[in-house]
This record gives sequence, C-alpha cells and structure tokens, in this order.
Amino acid sequence: MKVLSIALNTFRENLRDKLLYNLLIFALLMIGSSLILMRLTLGEFHRLILDIGLGSINFFGVLIAIFVGIGLVSKEIEKKTIYTIVSKPVARFQFLLGKYLGLSLTLVINTAVMAAGLLAVLSLQDVPVHAVLFKALGMIVLEFMVITAVALLFSTFSSATLSAIFTLAIYVIGHLTPDLKAFGQKMEGGGRTVLEGMYYILPNLDRFNLKGHVTHQLDVPAGDLLLIAAYGLAYTTFLLMLASLIFQRRDFR
Amino acid sequence: MDTLAGVILQVDHLRKIFRVGFWGRRVTAVDGLSFEVQRGEVFGFLGPNGAGKTTTIKMLMGLIYPSGGTATLFGRPVGDPAAKAKVGFLPESPYFYDYLTGREFLRFYGHLFGLLGSVLEKRIDELLELVGMTHARDLQLRKFSKGMLQRVGIAQALINDPELVILDEPMSGLDPIGRKEVRDLILRLKESGKTVMFSSHILHDAELLCDRVAMIMKGRLVACGHVSELVAGNTTHEVEVVIDRLLPEALERIKPLAEKIVLQGERVMVVLTSQQDVDQALDVIRSSKAKLVSLTPHKASLEDLFIREAKGTQPVVEARV
Repeated sequence: MKVLSIALNTFRENLRDKLLYNLLIFALLMIGSSLILMRLTLGEFHRLILDIGLGSINFFGVLIAIFVGIGLVSKEIEKKTIYTIVSKPVARFQFLLGKYLGLSLTLVINTAVMAAGLLAVLSLQDVPVHAVLFKALGMIVLEFMVITAVALLFSTFSSATLSAIFTLAIYVIGHLTPDLKAFGQKMEGGGRTVLEGMYYILPNLDRFNLKGHVTHQLDVPAGDLLLIAAYGLAYTTFLLMLASLIFQRRDFR
Repeated sequence: MDTLAGVILQVDHLRKIFRVGFWGRRVTAVDGLSFEVQRGEVFGFLGPNGAGKTTTIKMLMGLIYPSGGTATLFGRPVGDPAAKAKVGFLPESPYFYDYLTGREFLRFYGHLFGLLGSVLEKRIDELLELVGMTHARDLQLRKFSKGMLQRVGIAQALINDPELVILDEPMSGLDPIGRKEVRDLILRLKESGKTVMFSSHILHDAELLCDRVAMIMKGRLVACGHVSELVAGNTTHEVEVVIDRLLPEALERIKPLAEKIVLQGERVMVVLTSQQDVDQALDVIRSSKAKLVSLTPHKASLEDLFIREAKGTQPVVEARV
C-alpha cells in the first residue's frame, strides 16, 4: 500500500514533468520521419520503418530512464522532500521500491504511446505486423527497467550529474559486453581476468535487442524469451537490493 | 511502557560526528546531549544557528544515524515504525512536492499512514480548516507563499493525529502575522492534549509558548528546565535607577553598590543588581534629598541567558524539574 502510494505519486510527478512530453514528441517525430526518409531510399522500406521506429523507441526510452531515473532519489534528497517521507512509518526500501515502480509505470505507458505511433505508421504503409514486434517491444521495456535500476543505484550514493555519466557508461558498455569477452580471450593473465569479470558483472544489454529479428521477421522461441526475461528480472532485483543496502545506511544531511 | 512517568521522548548522551571534506575531517555536531520531553507539554529546543538543533531532530526522526548514545520515542528506539506512527514532523524550511495540490498532498501523506477513503477525506477537510487553508485545497503547491507552505506543512504533520508533534524552526521566515498564527496553532495543539516540541533560535517565541526549554550551544546542552526557573534562577534582576540632583558625597556612597553608573549633567543613572543594594541606594537618595526620577526593574529574559551562555561566562546549568 505504502509502496503503491509512493509509486503513484512518482508517476504523477513524471506526468507533470515537461521533459517527458518533449522527449515523447521527439520520439513520435522520429518515427514519423521514417515516412519521409523512405522516399530517399531504394527498396527495403519496411525494414527502414521498423529499424528507425524501434531504434527511436529504444533511444528515447533510455533517455527518459536515465534522466528521470537519476533524479528519482537525488532530487528528493536535494529538495529535502525525503524528510517528510522517511520520518513517516515507511521503511527506506519501500521508498526506493515505490520510486522505482513509479518510473517503470511511466516507461511502460510511454513505450505504449510510442509503439502506437509506430503501429500507425506501419499500417499507413501497409507493412505486415508480426508477433515478434511485440516481443521486441517487451524486451525493450525490460531493458528500460534494468537501466532505471542502474540509475537508481547510482543516485543513492552520488550526485545527479555523476549518476547520469555512470549510467550512460553502463548503458554503452552493456551493449558491448560480447566484445569485452572477445578482447579478454586474446589477453593473458590479469587483463583477461578483469575483462572477463566485467563481462559477467555488467548487464548484457544486447540480449534485450531483438531488432534484427523484427526486421528479418525471425521469430524468437518462447524458451529464449523466458530466459532473457528471467535474466532481466534477476539483474534488476540484484541492483535494487544493492541500492536498498546503500540507501539504508545513508544519512540525509 | 510509554506512560512511565509521562516521559515520551528520552534522549541520552546522543552524539553525532560528521565527516566533512575530502580528508574526512571529523566534526562533532551533537556532543553528548541528554534531555527528555514529558507528555502534554510544549518543549522548546533552543540554540543559535548551527548549534545542532536540526541534527538532533533528524536523529530523532531516523533521517540520520547517531554516532553514539540513545534516543527513545514512546519507549521504543527512534526509527521504529510503531513510534513513528505516533509522531508528526515538520522539517526546517520545508520543500514539498510542488506539482501536487493541497488536497493531493495531504492525501499522499495520509496513505503513508495507511489512512484511506472517507476517513482520510474527512481528516483532510478538518486539517485544511484548522490551518486556514481550505481556499487553497485545489491549488498546486508551487503557487503557495512561504506562509501557506508552512501551514500546509503543519497540516501534513498532523495527518495521523499524532501524540507528539516535532516542528523544526516552524516560525522562521514568516512575517509577524504568520508567526502569531503558528504560535496560536501550537497552543491549540497543546489544548487538545498533544505534546509539542519545536526548535527555534527566536527566544521571544519560546518564552511565550514553552513549558520547558532545552538550550544547546555547539552541540552541548547548556540549560534545561522550566522557563521561569531558568530565567529567575540563573540571571539576576537588574534595577535601573535614575536620580536628579545627587550630591557628590551621596554619589560616593552609592558607587560601591552600583554595577554601572552613567553621569549625564545633573542626572545620574545607576544600575543595581540586588534587592539589598536597591534598598540601600534608596536610603541614600532620601537622606541626601536628591530627586528620584525613575526606578525600572529589568526582568531577565531568556535572551539574557542566551547571550550569557554564548559568551561562555556561565557554567553549565541544569534546573531541577
């Protein structure tokens, strides 16, 4: 109940934030622009629309996850609004979980709006829609949830700016982890251990990327989806627990 | 347990050491503080800026962790949810969710206490009425003035009908009318049987409102007790006597009695510090046929005590309660 109230309050805060609408409008414009780009391209129209569409949804969603996510906790501490929450009979982990779920809800609805825009463009161009598109959208949301948890973790112990930099770094490296492993295998001794360690510790965000499957209309078996989903949820849970541990010990000065 | 001797807040050798700067220099913000708050009283927590008042209150509310010592609320360690449920808290210069309206704001805090539905809505109406904010219930907090924020902040602190209300600097930044309103509100809370603890660096407010006060300086307790005891017991009354046509030999007789003498032409102002000295000085004046212009007793105030403590001229005082 308390978690839910905090989540809904966070959701309401997001809805009244202008940043969200700006990003949303940009995303829809990007998706719409594929109609114009199409005229400049030879063939492969369908792939272009799907590629730009899913790419935009992913990019703008990640921006929201990072830039709203880093403020979830640090803004509450800076603005001292947290004083009135933690002094109530609310455990600190309940506060964190509420903030996290609130932003997750925002991201789900946001993705739904952007996906509706993409579907509108697709139907306008008579592009056939396959089930794998929805699976890909689901995985995109899962990626947002992992990134939000990363942003939340950093914002429990560092400033908003540093958190943004750290989270962006994790996002970029997270998409390159297979390269980390490949590099590691070419090295010897210490370097290899470090790179392989990073490969296992950092989130493997490329796992959530099913864009290739969508554009080539390749279906993803349910078993694989389940594994990816389990990985995403386990990783998120781990991050949230770590964030709670840090947050629990913190002094709000 | 919590009704024992009527003590609802007990602070025992509380200590907080902060680490500041790059090298983690240790700064003691609160240094072995002990005091208690009794049921039903208005307790003033006084001290100059930076004395450690807010740090202490934050420790009581579970916002920061003590480095040493203990504090109990209703017989439970601070931070215990069951104790928090009986406390209302208004932080210093509060910042609230400015995208919420007055009503949404109070509803959110009600939910955190598990209040729901018509019970909560009724409570919100009562509170908005109590703090005189009914007109602003559908206005977003970003449009509130500072006084309005303070009032809705107090409403927020009362949403759970708490037994103990802790207000951190409730009167700072308010105009005289706003301060009077907050004072009236505190007295109304006391009348309705609540215990109020508030911090302030404005002593006049404390003198008007408090049953007992604790005064801290540099994180240490310098005085604690009833306002009347602290004022009467630890500062001597001063009497200012103004005399005309005082003969030089009479002046010589008064000099050893006086704390201070100011000569202004024919007029002499003498400051005396004890009743005995005043009697003797009056005898001299009568016998020398000088003219007594005025005799003004200066009641010692908390402010005098405060300044005296700040200068470090007075040892640690603890009035027996």
